[in-house]
Amino acid sequence: MSANGNNRNVVEKHTISLLVDNEPGVLARIAGLFSGRGFNIDSLCVARTMEPEVSRITIVTIGDEQIQEQINKQLNKLINVIKVVDFTGTEFVEREMALIKVKAEPDFRAEILRIVDIFRCKVVDVSPRHYSIEVTGSQGKLAALLDLLKPMGIIEVARTGVIALGRTKKGVKHE
Amino acid sequence: MKEVIAIKLNGAQILLEVLKAEGVTQIFGYPGGMTVEIYDAIPKYGIPHLLMRHEQAAVHAADGYARIAGKVGVCLVTSGPGATNTVTGIASAYMDSIPIVVLTGQVPTSNIGNDAFQEVDIVGITRPCTKHNYMVTSVDKLGETVREAFHVARTGRPGPVLVDLPKDVTTDMVNFKMPPAANPSNYKPTIRPHAGQIKKAVKLMLQAKRPIILGGGGVILAKASERMTTLANLLKMPVTTTLMGLGGFPGTSPLFLGMPGMHGTYRANMAINDCDLIVAIGARFDDRVTGKIDEFAPKAKIIHIDIDPTSIRKNIPVTVPIVGDCDISLKMMLELLADEDLSGIAGQREPWLRQIAEWKAASKMAYNQNMEGEIKPQFVIEELLRLTGGDTIITTEVGQNQMWTAQYYLFDKPNRLVTSGGLGCMGFGFPAAIGAQMAAPDKTVIDIAGDGSIQMNIQELATVVEHNLPVKIAILNNHYLGMVRQWQDLFKNKAYVATDMSGAPDFVKVAEAFGAVGLRATKPTEVEQVIREAVKIKGPVVMDFIVDREENVYPMVAAGDPIHKMMLA
Repeated sequence: MSANGNNRNVVEKHTISLLVDNEPGVLARIAGLFSGRGFNIDSLCVARTMEPEVSRITIVTIGDEQIQEQINKQLNKLINVIKVVDFTGTEFVEREMALIKVKAEPDFRAEILRIVDIFRCKVVDVSPRHYSIEVTGSQGKLAALLDLLKPMGIIEVARTGVIALGRTKKGVKHE
Repeated sequence: MKEVIAIKLNGAQILLEVLKAEGVTQIFGYPGGMTVEIYDAIPKYGIPHLLMRHEQAAVHAADGYARIAGKVGVCLVTSGPGATNTVTGIASAYMDSIPIVVLTGQVPTSNIGNDAFQEVDIVGITRPCTKHNYMVTSVDKLGETVREAFHVARTGRPGPVLVDLPKDVTTDMVNFKMPPAANPSNYKPTIRPHAGQIKKAVKLMLQAKRPIILGGGGVILAKASERMTTLANLLKMPVTTTLMGLGGFPGTSPLFLGMPGMHGTYRANMAINDCDLIVAIGARFDDRVTGKIDEFAPKAKIIHIDIDPTSIRKNIPVTVPIVGDCDISLKMMLELLADEDLSGIAGQREPWLRQIAEWKAASKMAYNQNMEGEIKPQFVIEELLRLTGGDTIITTEVGQNQMWTAQYYLFDKPNRLVTSGGLGCMGFGFPAAIGAQMAAPDKTVIDIAGDGSIQMNIQELATVVEHNLPVKIAILNNHYLGMVRQWQDLFKNKAYVATDMSGAPDFVKVAEAFGAVGLRATKPTEVEQVIREAVKIKGPVVMDFIVDREENVYPMVAAGDPIHKMMLA
């Protein structure tokens, strides 16, 4: 197409924050929208806000500009969605937490603790054969930590997915 | 004390109170175990109920009714299979943006999730094909939920809304006070467009040398055809309308290009290919319109008006997006144009209109009817137009019958064509005709059908006979699933797999068995007489036109090809 044909195929990660009605079926509507239209969900995180009837969903999606625009519009169209904010291109903080169960053979125990120290994470469970580590940070930090722990033998990982807030004074509130 | 603040009612009665408050005067439905309470209340509230013979047909009837009556169509069915049978009808209404409310019975709340008899998660099943849906879990919320359902169905981009009603919600009693008309805070469709965008659009229209208007179903829904016609005539812009937009612009106007796309006219597709501006109004650039998307309208800037922001830039990049009601947008454009000197427009447009006339002359829509030979299906459509034209409401099934109707029946007014455009749902036309006839009892309503699609809801003959509804059915009978056979002819070397319908019943006898009148034409010379006789009869008639078996719909653009690459015959 002739008109503004640029940037259409540049695939980017977007972090989207949604305020939704805290009602049964709302998550299914959102998940169904993504699966039905072939949009990608990289991570998704849901919990209640300070108002019990409102939940916040943070979704990280992957797609080009046109797809991201459609995702935002389609989300806005859902009746149970109160507000959609795409943080991409704005100032925002994002964090993800992970619990990592790593093999802790005697030879590696000291090394693992050094890494834990460097990454400012915590050992939250310990046994003669493993450590469970709690880490919070950006996705980059989590990836770096997992890379370093891999040689020791990661048994399993549980991640929360990204949560995010804008860095403005104003919140993403409804009304 | 005369003042009644709240009265004790059960859920079924509350439902009917709200239906009355919403102005419902017709229900299409089919009863069952979980709706017994609701059915018991219907006669007391005096809302007419039309008993269909299949739930799918009930939804299509509500759809046809909604289009012609211009109000929300209502369908009432029971749980389980009653509910699942509505899915096709709902999906069709969703694709065509038709406002209907589907009320489904459900097992009692205490049984939900237990795989109870006739239990199905219809809210889960219809989530992707409704505008919104609800399960009412307490009689306290019933009134406001149903009111909200109507509000959501009819406002913004209209669409189907489903409300699931567990049995106990219909039997529980509560002190009822009519809730106010719904106005949910989360749901505020943009009606009034941005004035700056309108200004930009008008500027582009005045600069354009080779502009066209592409009108879609949104023009009909927004009742914008009058203003669209005014705009086209004012700026001498040729108009093409999609299948859903047919009748939105007079089919007999010299500025009319015909339908675009896969079975569009040569001149409409060539105009799209060569134009420098498309003013798209309530059209969503469906693949049957655009063909190969990368080669669609390569020279054009695009102004796109739509009430649904997701329609804009979904398939096609747009120069000036306008989110808002089509009619209000056009009104604002016409107001701006009132201040412009348009005396030069006719001269400015002359070369473009001349080019279009050349395309028109180069490839006319045509077929060859030898009056001694077999009946051509296109001839039947033209005869129907000639003999019943004007105010007749035409519904169609899907396939060749639908495309020939779109090509040869020149609709001059909106809401004269009722068709399943988006979903392309065989079995739609006949029940939709029933709904249309209920909305317009005095009008002639004709379902143009194929021999395949009529068999998908033929049981509704019982409905029309029972109520002596004068719906007419014109079957273009080629004893084939004609459109699929056409694809096999053109792309599969005539390997007609699973498309031969020679085993079809004798439709005249079928009509008679149901108690309707059946007429047949096997020769071109009999067509006129059959149509004249059918229209004269004040009851349901099946017209069986035995047509040339292997007639194809042309022009045709193969799926995935650019639309200027047309097979003309």
